[in-house]
Amino acid sequence: MFGTETTGDTSGYGGLKVRTPPPLSSEPPYGSYFDEVVSATGAALEAAALNFGTAVERVVVAYGELTLHVRREHLVEVCRRLRDDPALAFELCGGVSGVHYLADAGRELHAVYHLLSITHNRRLRLEVSVPDADPHVPSLVAVYPTCDWHERETWDFFGIVFDGHPALTRIEMPDDWKGHPQRKDYPLGGIPVEYRGATVPPPDERRSYA
Amino acid sequence: MTERVYTVGGQDWDEVVAAADEAGEGSREEHLIVNMGPQHPSTHGVLRLILTLDGETVTELRPVVGYLHTGIEKNMEFRTWTQGVTFCTRMDYLSPLFNETAYCLAVERLLGITDAIPERASVLRVLMMELNRISSHLTAIGTFGLELGATTVFLYGMREREKVLDLFELISGLRMNHAYIRPGGVAQDLPSGALEKLREFLGVMPGLLDELHKLLDVNPVYLARTRSIAHLDLTGCMALGVTGPMLRATGLPWDLRKSQPYCGYETYEFDVPTQDSCDAYGRYLVRMDEMDQSLRIVEQCVDRLAGTRPADDPVMIANAKIGWPAQLSVGPDGMGNSADHIAHIMSQSMEALIHHFKLVTEGFRVPAGQVYAAVESPRGELGCHAVSDGGTRPYRVHFRDPSFTNLQSVSAMSEGGLVADVIAAVASIDPVMGGVDR
Repeated sequence: MFGTETTGDTSGYGGLKVRTPPPLSSEPPYGSYFDEVVSATGAALEAAALNFGTAVERVVVAYGELTLHVRREHLVEVCRRLRDDPALAFELCGGVSGVHYLADAGRELHAVYHLLSITHNRRLRLEVSVPDADPHVPSLVAVYPTCDWHERETWDFFGIVFDGHPALTRIEMPDDWKGHPQRKDYPLGGIPVEYRGATVPPPDERRSYA
Repeated sequence: MTERVYTVGGQDWDEVVAAADEAGEGSREEHLIVNMGPQHPSTHGVLRLILTLDGETVTELRPVVGYLHTGIEKNMEFRTWTQGVTFCTRMDYLSPLFNETAYCLAVERLLGITDAIPERASVLRVLMMELNRISSHLTAIGTFGLELGATTVFLYGMREREKVLDLFELISGLRMNHAYIRPGGVAQDLPSGALEKLREFLGVMPGLLDELHKLLDVNPVYLARTRSIAHLDLTGCMALGVTGPMLRATGLPWDLRKSQPYCGYETYEFDVPTQDSCDAYGRYLVRMDEMDQSLRIVEQCVDRLAGTRPADDPVMIANAKIGWPAQLSVGPDGMGNSADHIAHIMSQSMEALIHHFKLVTEGFRVPAGQVYAAVESPRGELGCHAVSDGGTRPYRVHFRDPSFTNLQSVSAMSEGGLVADVIAAVASIDPVMGGVDR
């Protein structure tokens, strides 16, 4: 019931399990406008003497959305081409969102960018993954100035260092805060709350259903 | 260069004035650094601005945010997908229904049930969002007036917003933070009498908006404070990622409701108002015109909801593994599940009780993957990046809040201008700090 495929345990108590879905990779044709975007990106990178396969690790099409997994050393160049090439024209960047895949050894931290082309009315997602031991991603502020605060936020919450950012400081947490709170190994915290004689534990210590 | 620090609180500026006198003519080279906020009535909540002033001219402006950070994104990782609605509705507290919709559209896309959302639920979502757009713009314009010193505008704006909040209270049970839109549909159907109230609202609202127009449109003080003030053109908007009324005031008719429709917006008739003045006055006019368009959409929603209903016309998805019980009623201890539902699970069907318990405590599993769903909130593109690991709780939810992004542009709009125009610049962005800091 409810998608349980393992034990059929109806107590509901499954402990905290972290799942690691396998990395997806799609093969052409991708459908929709995705083929056009991918081939235009290839052509634009070719013009910059860059191989599509070198810059882009893999292409993923899922849930009707296109994701390009970009190697970090080529991120700035790829974005510049995506913005300036008239066939692509991704003028607007929706900022960066960090994700911490605790179990994905060697590529724990992901920086996810959502680009929008107003000219062609298309969306595109770029994803860069870096190891926790070397959490450096080049800054996109020079290409998309809007990434300024977004990169500060991702540094603040995930500890991804955006090299070349003009002033990479904390933005949401106090300046002297220790740690990066939205990492998966950072506890939620909280205190037990008493209510009518009973005690409600903080959310991350409550019984959970995985 | 020497640095002197004066602590001034409230209205006592004697010390600073005396020091300026003392410095005399030699003070031309001196710059005054003023800290505005985070507790300042003109900063729209807890926003701190650090201004470097050369006389009355702002030479540098640094916004500081983070005073209202509540960890909503982190908290959502510890609750079920449905409970997430209760959190994200509290981010941008002036447009809660847009937060809920962006989040629910993302969850529904992950579940693959976007096309299975009942028609009536989509109409109710559109109805609530457009009412919310009106209430949000009324607050924006009202507080704009207050910050420029026009108390009447604020009182008018709040008075009319109250009418929208009354409708929210009638329909969802709450005036703010509704948690009304849920993955799979909406929490409950319209209560009896709601359509009459909505029609009454549609009758009086255009007149009340006209009053605001009369107060402000050609008011010389208002024009002097807003026209050609806080200029940001299309290039600036693109570079800084600015969307919403600010972008439409540069002449670009970009509205996600038209360009990438969701919730069936393509079936409604409405226009995208634009202005080409790129200034605070243009943004005001865009907001006023958008309220007229929202009224048009609300009217179409009311017509659809008032039409003859098919026998089976739910407001929650038919899939019982996802849809929460959506037939609520008001009991002696407040709103809750309807008496019929309670009777069914408590005395008729053990399986229904187990089902209800599992769905409410454990929740449903969402397939692994990531999506980005965006809606046109009153302030611009509100995007929700939802990541699932296949479990009953979100692995990561990130909101691309338009207030956060647009607020970055306040430096570009204010530097080189007068200090009094900083207030107009901030107010014309209409930032909501709950959304900025999340």
